[in-house]
Amino acid sequence: MTSLYAILAVILFTIGLVGFLVRRNALVIFMCVELMLNAANLLFVAFSSHWGILDGQVAAFFVMVVAAAEVVIGLSIIVMISRSRRSTSVDNEIVLKG
Amino acid sequence: MMLIPMVTGVEVTFWICAVLAILGAVGLVTFRKPVYSALCLALVMISLAVIYASLGAPFLFAVQIIVYTGAILMLFLFVIMLVGVASEDSVTETLKGHRVAVAIAGLGVLVLLVLAVAQGVHGTPVGVDSANTSAGGNVQGLADLIFSRYVIAFESTAALLITAAVAAMVLAHPELIKKKAGQTQMAAARLQAYARDGVDPGPRPSSGIFARHNSIATPALLPDGTIAQESVSKVLADRVGLRSVDELWGPHDEVLAAIETAGEEPLDVEDLDWDDDETAPGELEPADDHVVDETADEPAPGEPDTTDDQNESEESHADAVAETPADEEKRND
Amino acid sequence: MLETLTPVAAQGLFQYAWLMVAIPAAVAALLLILGKVTNSFGHWLATLAPIASCVFAVIYFVDLLSMSPDSRAVSLHLYTWIASGAWQIGVGILLDPLSILFALLITGVGSIIHIYSIGYMAHDPNRRRFFAYLNLFIAAMLILVLADNYLVLFIGWEGVGLASYLLIAFWQERPSAAAAGKKAFVMNRVGDLGLLLAAFTMLAMFSSTSFSAVDAGASKLSLGWATFIGFMLLLAACGKSAQVPLQAWLLDAMEGPTPVSALIHAATMVTAGVYLVVRSSAIFEQTPAAQLAVAIVGTVTLLVGAWIGCSKDDIKKVLAGSTMSQIGYMMLAAGIGPAGYAFAIFHLLTHGFFKANMFLGAGSVMHGTNDDVNMRHYGALAKAMPVTFVTFGIGYLAIIGFPFFSGFYSKDHIIEAAFHAQPALGILALIGAGVTAFYMTRLMIMTYFGAKRWEPKVHPHESPAVMWIPLVLLAIGSIAGGMVLNGWIGSWLSVVGADAGEHATWMPEFTWLGVVTLVVVALGVVISWLVFRKDVPKEAPAQVTVITTIGRNDLYGDAFNDTVIVRPAAFLSRAATAIDDVGIDPAYEGGGWLVSKLGDKVRHIQNGYVRTYGVTMALGVVLVGLALLISRLV
Repeated sequence: MTSLYAILAVILFTIGLVGFLVRRNALVIFMCVELMLNAANLLFVAFSSHWGILDGQVAAFFVMVVAAAEVVIGLSIIVMISRSRRSTSVDNEIVLKG
Repeated sequence: MMLIPMVTGVEVTFWICAVLAILGAVGLVTFRKPVYSALCLALVMISLAVIYASLGAPFLFAVQIIVYTGAILMLFLFVIMLVGVASEDSVTETLKGHRVAVAIAGLGVLVLLVLAVAQGVHGTPVGVDSANTSAGGNVQGLADLIFSRYVIAFESTAALLITAAVAAMVLAHPELIKKKAGQTQMAAARLQAYARDGVDPGPRPSSGIFARHNSIATPALLPDGTIAQESVSKVLADRVGLRSVDELWGPHDEVLAAIETAGEEPLDVEDLDWDDDETAPGELEPADDHVVDETADEPAPGEPDTTDDQNESEESHADAVAETPADEEKRND
Repeated sequence: MLETLTPVAAQGLFQYAWLMVAIPAAVAALLLILGKVTNSFGHWLATLAPIASCVFAVIYFVDLLSMSPDSRAVSLHLYTWIASGAWQIGVGILLDPLSILFALLITGVGSIIHIYSIGYMAHDPNRRRFFAYLNLFIAAMLILVLADNYLVLFIGWEGVGLASYLLIAFWQERPSAAAAGKKAFVMNRVGDLGLLLAAFTMLAMFSSTSFSAVDAGASKLSLGWATFIGFMLLLAACGKSAQVPLQAWLLDAMEGPTPVSALIHAATMVTAGVYLVVRSSAIFEQTPAAQLAVAIVGTVTLLVGAWIGCSKDDIKKVLAGSTMSQIGYMMLAAGIGPAGYAFAIFHLLTHGFFKANMFLGAGSVMHGTNDDVNMRHYGALAKAMPVTFVTFGIGYLAIIGFPFFSGFYSKDHIIEAAFHAQPALGILALIGAGVTAFYMTRLMIMTYFGAKRWEPKVHPHESPAVMWIPLVLLAIGSIAGGMVLNGWIGSWLSVVGADAGEHATWMPEFTWLGVVTLVVVALGVVISWLVFRKDVPKEAPAQVTVITTIGRNDLYGDAFNDTVIVRPAAFLSRAATAIDDVGIDPAYEGGGWLVSKLGDKVRHIQNGYVRTYGVTMALGVVLVGLALLISRLV
């Protein structure tokens, strides 16, 4: 049973990863990151249940807290970039070109 | 006896939620509008919350709903609204070989992760029920851990959140790069723009006011009958799109046509009142033309026109009508 | 056994001994820093400085005289320079019979030459700079002789080298002068290396470089180390005193103004090597090999200098050759051992007088003949310049060892001591005395007698009083120096390691050797007179004997240096450059080129798309995961 949860988590994680890599809108990319974090959380909770200890749930809780902080920072960066560049496409950050 | 495996409630929950979560995840990645993506993400999160609940984690269930779905996702939605809800990703991939590389990477990660977690699962699941009950409940159990073993990590998250809040304020706060221009400077800049680019130094025209349309999204008409682009804010124009001249004059034409046909018949009292003020509506313009007599502006027969003088002044420009289709083409460019 | 003095701490007036050094140094700094402001009075100020130092020296000399002979050493500790573990190297002044004699010579002759320079350099636009350098030299030379350890001595040693360089190249607009300065400086570096190595070895052996520690510890030194230090000190002495094989710079050094030649390259600096050897007598006592080497170097140089002196037409170069030769005598005496130390210093002092006298006389002659140095353009100057002639003549008599003149006492002693120590060296020294008489007579005849061979528009005249008064003073020293010092210097210096020798008086004892020496000298004079009383051709004859040709070419010293050192060094450096150009540079440049070209290609990977970077990272994760997996399976 736990392996089913694990496989669900892996599938969600992979979808998140693929979305992270193909999408161009910074906001959607960010959502994909959240999806990956949620997949990891699912794994935490599933294994917490598997082994019968609560530490996994605590870890998931901390992940949520950190994700909240990360979202706040990330979104304000996106707002700032969109304000100066009038776009949220990550392809526009071509100034990184070597 | 039992050849069919027993189906428990937990399993049912899992299968339903798993399907929903995967659908949501796929939707998140595939929808082109970010709002849809956000809603799909909400679906995923709620599904996961339900799974948490079924796995004996009621506290996380609540936190997932309240914090993740309720707060974080709403923040996403706010930002989507702020930075432009209309921006859609184009489907075409600009980077050569990118999709192939992503496919390889995704597949590789999938296989590796499956192998990895498969190795991690062994033994029979215990379930957290005993742990929950021994602590006197799930929340108590988590609290025991957070405030004892993980207390330092917990305190660190407090610092992290404070920092994040301050950082968000600092980052999102619009900086005044240069001193705000005073009235004198702005006037000078406006006249300079006029001298250089021919930009009209006067105020922008106000939005159009018609009998049937008077929202700020309604464009005003220029004396030559074309739409004054400046009269509607750019944001609104992008969001809603400017009404075309056709759209604005459409009701007019209908009414005029009605009037013309009604000319052979006796009119209503209101119509008569309205008609009396008019000098000779039928003589002025052919009915099929876009630009018609301003009196046709009055769409509802029940409403008396009180703007005759204004309309007359517009009349003098009626000769510019012929240009209208060309202007429209230009606009479409 | 050597007698060594334990210096007592300075008291009373001796506490101000540092002023002897400080005054000329301060004046030099003042003149150089203030610049043109001091143009009008700088030379007077600069002349007062060595006179002040001289007054100090005389006072201390008298003080030392009044002390009992075995306590005539005063040390003045100024400050601790290096304090590191067991090493305590201080800066201090040591006044003992040896150093006070040098101080007297330096400040005395130095003062006289300063006065002379006022006249000699009267019309030079850079007179102030000249006097500043002269004072710098006086200060450095006093540091050299007054130092109480080898490291401080080295400071003075380098200081005089610097001053010598600056003064040789004083007329820097002349390429020959600039080159001569560089040559002197570079060749002195070779000697300095020897002094440094000697000092370092002493530091390693005795944990100190002070003279007293070295004197005390020398007897415990192993023969190998003693010989090493001895040879290193000899190398240093050869460099500074222009002894073979480092002699080549001295002749070129005559490019400097004549007072410089008199002061630095005749009377004082070039004798520093002799001072070093005598000062290090404790070391040389331990190593007969080094001692013999000193004597041999001295003898060889004595003959080489005389040979060069015979064949040159340039009056200053003849005197320079003569200087080399006379210093060779001193080195010979120093190499003989305790029996010779006193004579070395004795000859050094008398030579300081008569050679400075003759150099200044030569300067006076040049002054009267529009700075012509070619003796073939002189002749019959005795009447035109009577004072110069008379004083020069006294110097001449002194150097050839005419009875009762100063050189007679000092040189005879050396020859005699050499005979006692090593008859072969004695015979060579005797021959040298004859040759000295020959070339000095030649110089006298060509300059002051015979027909007038003056260049057109040259009207020889006597120099002004400011120039001839110093000549007179030095001439008096040349006459009286020998007689005054003869009976006294042996006992005076005995306390610093010299043999007192037999009790001597101003009246020389005419031994058989003394008579032989006189005969040899007379022979030299007569031969010279027979050869040169005839008319001297105005142009140097081209057809000359091999001996003359060799002499004119400074015994091919430069050619030797060129062939043995300069060319191989130049070849080595060219080879190194070639290897650098062909091998090392392309390797580095090729590497750089490769990296840059590679970078040109690789930078396209950096296309600026964040998503590409993301894919790269994800692929990297997959690769690492695969690697881990494979390592698990294998």
